[in-house]
Amino acid sequence: MSSYSSMELMICLASRYLEDDSIVVVGTGASCAAAMLAQKTRAPKLLIMFEAGGIGPQLPSMPLSAGDSRTHYRGLMAATLPEIMETCQRGMVDYAFLGGDQIDMYGNMNSTTIGDYLEPRARLTGSGAANDLASLCWHTMMITIHNKERFTNEISFITTPGYLDGRGSREAAGLPAESGPFKIITDLAVLGFDLLSGRIQVESVHPGITREEIRAQTGFELLWQPDCFTSAAPSDEELDILRNEVDPGRYLVGQAPLLGLEN
Amino acid sequence: MAPTVDFHQSGDRDVQYVKAGKRRLFVNPDADAARKVFRRKSRRMVDKTTTVKEAVSRLIHDGDYVASGGFGSNRVPVAVMHEIVRQQKRNLCFSGQTSTHILQILVAGKCIRACDAAYVVGQEVRGISQVCRRAFESGEIETTEWTSAALAWRYKAAAMGLSFLPIRSMLGTDTLKQSAAMELDCPFTGKKYAVVPALYPDVAVIHVHRSDIYGNCQIEGIGVSDYDLARAAKKLIITAETLIGNEGIRLRPEHTAIPYYLVDAVIEVPFGAYPSNMAYCYFADEEHLQDWLEAEKGEETLLKFLDKNIYRCKNHWNYLLVNGGLERLNQLRQKEHFADRS
Repeated sequence: MSSYSSMELMICLASRYLEDDSIVVVGTGASCAAAMLAQKTRAPKLLIMFEAGGIGPQLPSMPLSAGDSRTHYRGLMAATLPEIMETCQRGMVDYAFLGGDQIDMYGNMNSTTIGDYLEPRARLTGSGAANDLASLCWHTMMITIHNKERFTNEISFITTPGYLDGRGSREAAGLPAESGPFKIITDLAVLGFDLLSGRIQVESVHPGITREEIRAQTGFELLWQPDCFTSAAPSDEELDILRNEVDPGRYLVGQAPLLGLEN
Repeated sequence: MAPTVDFHQSGDRDVQYVKAGKRRLFVNPDADAARKVFRRKSRRMVDKTTTVKEAVSRLIHDGDYVASGGFGSNRVPVAVMHEIVRQQKRNLCFSGQTSTHILQILVAGKCIRACDAAYVVGQEVRGISQVCRRAFESGEIETTEWTSAALAWRYKAAAMGLSFLPIRSMLGTDTLKQSAAMELDCPFTGKKYAVVPALYPDVAVIHVHRSDIYGNCQIEGIGVSDYDLARAAKKLIITAETLIGNEGIRLRPEHTAIPYYLVDAVIEVPFGAYPSNMAYCYFADEEHLQDWLEAEKGEETLLKFLDKNIYRCKNHWNYLLVNGGLERLNQLRQKEHFADRS
């Protein structure tokens, strides 16, 4: 088996969760690569959407913006932002990928401010469409690096809803029933959510990574799925398609530092 | 601080309102107040062509609420924003929906007092604008939080001639608490919604592919939130890549995105979205956008950069010229047309 980078592993793992004949909203970078890889392997009829209106493009290369012209290149439709959001709200979008700077044990995310809202230590980008996608899509996913600063219960602002205070609290807040966080793919593990508590639980540990390393890089107590296994490494076929068809321009290598990865 | 506009329960249905958001509303969402403005709006189909300078001077005033069409670094009305900076408009409120480069321009020009924030300070994959970040962190710019869809639906509520819409995002989060939204139980099903107030901007600026002299416009590629924004705004400035004859519009009326009666000024500005991406015309100038982020790292380098690219430019033609002119634009045109080869 070939050697691979953390970024390549995360993209391959994420791509395997995307079912054929389903709909996914992606952003730029790793999530877009995961969806493109899925299309070229097990899910050829996966429909890709971008938040600004691109529907079903035949992506020639990785878009640089969720609204650039690549997002509707030879697409099925060049729609609008409200059209995409209303499709999510109607319950027709199966998967969405999110970004966020901090994540707590219920999968709630902060991308707004660090510290007090009115006198922040740091102002971040804000929700963008993250809150909308996390509120309205069936299964939300995230690809991110795994460290204590990022996985912490000390989050000063809930920008984007996970399971809020635990299972059932989304519904109590008025969010659509049965929606919510699905998987978080990090450079150490695949995280899912406990059915009863809505808390993050480790589903699989990446090859060469120990449970202690994961604990040390997580700021809260993790649950462990009873049949926690070793994440399946990328196959030669996946790596070949990822490197030569999805990202021949090696754009993702440039993205790795943004995610805090050495690559 | 409570929202500046109070909502009152009306009618005899038992509808429950909860005040959820703590932050201020920067524009009046009242539909009848908007109707009064739209009643006075001219219906004359006359030549509305002018210059960017004249349009900004006549239609944008200190303290106005301004919204921009496009998305991030795509089809954004750069020429008009540079002119706003040159004319030193002050204390503007801004709709920071998907705002990357436009906000970067207006903050560098010290034009913004308050911002409805869905996506601010970030430049997508390019990184963070340090100048924007400092302006938001220092409290120089007052914020109210929203999401991309919430602002799109606030435009839609206004475009529909309403004062609010119920939506299903924002609920349960601090995004709602630091907004000016509310919660409302559905009178039919009893389910809980977030309700967002209509957003009627004083002025919207949209860059389109084609317009006639009256302001009938066609847009190619994605529409982002521009159909609703054009209808929500009290005044609308259009810049167009190309002016076409009215017969060109009438040939394919289903392509009209914005009809003339919404429009107050039309300016033909070829490459008017540069350095952003204009679908089917030219790709974004990534190097120039990187130079901008780089220049923000020092006060002096930024001033020099703004001087070269905005203050010492008479108009958008000058701006294009100091950044490589036709030769550079042709490279960006090729990058757009041969997307599969780049």
